[in-house]
Amino acid sequence: MFNSAKNTAVQPDSGVARCSGSRRTPCTVSTPALRAPGSRTAQAGFVLLPNLTVGRALVYAALLLMAIYYLLPLYVMLTTSFKSLDDIRAGNMLSLPQAWQGGAWVKAWAEACTGVECNGMQGFFWNSIKMTLPAVAISTILGAVNGYVVSMWRFRGSDALFTMLLVGCFIPFQVVLLPMAQVLGMLGIANTTTGLVLVHVVYGTAFTTLFFRNFYITVPDELVKAARIDGAGFWTIFLRILLPISGPIFVVCIIWQFTQIWNDFLFGVVFASGEAQPITVALNNLVNTSTGVKEYNVDMAAAIIAALPTLFVYMVAGRYFVRGLTAGAVKG
Amino acid sequence: MSASPSQGRLSALADRWLPKLVLSPTLAASLIFVYGFIAWTGWLSFTESRLMPRYDWAGLLQYQALFENERWWTAAANLGIFGSLFILFCLLVGLLMAVLLDQKIRAEGALRTIYLYPMALSFVVTGTAWKWMLNPDMGLQKVMNDLGFANFTFDWLVNPDMSIYTVVIAGVWQSSGFVMALFLAGLRGIDDSIIKAAQVDGASLPTIYRRILIPSLRPVFFSVLLILSHIAIKSFDLVMALTGGGPGTSSDVPAIFMYQFAFTRGQLGQGAASAMMMLFTIVAVLVPLMYMETRSAKRV
Repeated sequence: MFNSAKNTAVQPDSGVARCSGSRRTPCTVSTPALRAPGSRTAQAGFVLLPNLTVGRALVYAALLLMAIYYLLPLYVMLTTSFKSLDDIRAGNMLSLPQAWQGGAWVKAWAEACTGVECNGMQGFFWNSIKMTLPAVAISTILGAVNGYVVSMWRFRGSDALFTMLLVGCFIPFQVVLLPMAQVLGMLGIANTTTGLVLVHVVYGTAFTTLFFRNFYITVPDELVKAARIDGAGFWTIFLRILLPISGPIFVVCIIWQFTQIWNDFLFGVVFASGEAQPITVALNNLVNTSTGVKEYNVDMAAAIIAALPTLFVYMVAGRYFVRGLTAGAVKG
Repeated sequence: MSASPSQGRLSALADRWLPKLVLSPTLAASLIFVYGFIAWTGWLSFTESRLMPRYDWAGLLQYQALFENERWWTAAANLGIFGSLFILFCLLVGLLMAVLLDQKIRAEGALRTIYLYPMALSFVVTGTAWKWMLNPDMGLQKVMNDLGFANFTFDWLVNPDMSIYTVVIAGVWQSSGFVMALFLAGLRGIDDSIIKAAQVDGASLPTIYRRILIPSLRPVFFSVLLILSHIAIKSFDLVMALTGGGPGTSSDVPAIFMYQFAFTRGQLGQGAASAMMMLFTIVAVLVPLMYMETRSAKRV
């Protein structure tokens, strides 16, 4: 989504990169389709079949069918996690549990084997928390300050440098794995949460910078110019003028980074496969390397445990989550 | 804020170098961890490195070995199959849902929430869920058998000829709602007056969609292609969790190939060469798409 070296942005407004030449073109973080119902967009649809009730019924039927399709895996995961193994064998995946049992959840949290260890997901859940929180905090703060510089304090070559930074959003991370493994080894932080935090900060900052740059570019120049005439310096302008209006973009950025880092598997499996592995890696080990009787109910409970934090964020702040997705989707 | 002249000069000086100073750690990190590491991986791909990295030049040895490796071609072919089907179905499902949702639907917000929640999940979770649902004995097959279709079999997950298609199923489930969101945003961004004019001219609404609205989604279309192909080329976790690349190597993809050669088989050179091939693929796919996207965005 590069427009030119001069103006590079993922433009989430209507989901398209469309920030042409001028700096003031809002490459804003706002997603029209996802505004609250009641805004213009909610009534803007063009009715395909205005009065045909049969046609409308078909539209609703199709939409409902799709909703069932998307909800089905969640339903199957939930019901399976509350079944006993006999119950699973007796019924099929759509049947409700004959007796709702929490045993699989207890086992998934505290006893299930992920490789050699049999302490469930709990330790790895905390690993993920210990990895995600600092990585999100550091990369967001760096992104805010960087975004402030490349939008408000542009200097000769700063646009080129920003473009250079953005390339980091597009590379397949496979191309940095081998050197990174060497460097983490040299620094003595291979297979540690600290190492993973470093990796996520390094490769997350390009995205956070992009978020904040696209947000600050919509702030009127006059605001900053007036403050400079009043003698306000670099940090004063940032702390007193920009930070107070940066709430929404912080939320978008934090949610985006949280989801990305919590859900990451590649860095986790390569750089921390032992004690320090994050929950996604532990889940994969639980599901794919366990021996003996396959306990699908435990697998499903563990999968839900791994998904809960991001699902919770989505439920609470879905609007911001979607903004982040459209703005930073390139990371995939 | 009154300042003496000398203080003023000092702060003006500070304002000149502070921005550069603030940006420099990130730039340094980018130079080392992105550009430096790509060069490093590139260098490794021209050496004979196996278990340990070695840095003596060995020419195109690793690439030659890679291209003679049948498993690499399986992975590349699978990426082709997965990538094209994944993109095709995400586009079709996403566009269809966007158009349907654009019909003044009640509870649109709730439906959107449902369509999009898979994007909040990790691919590992998605893979785990679908691995269970597509389980040949106890998943979908059993449901159909219980419903009376006694001969219904669904063994794609353990069938080497079909395993890659299970990745498509799970991938489309995870990403199509997101494509819907992008298309819907595009539809809502179109100027009403164009549609009004077409209506005055007597165009029916299906025609308006086919001839006016969907064609004007071209820039969104390129964005979506860009995002989906990026997801497809990098896909790793979904395949790992769903099939592990199996049965055998039947659902192997380049990302898994790279991971296994570099980190579990002690073939650093092969891993580096395959990583470089992935980078080239991304560049080869994304650069033309970005170019077309920029052009179509300017024209609209």
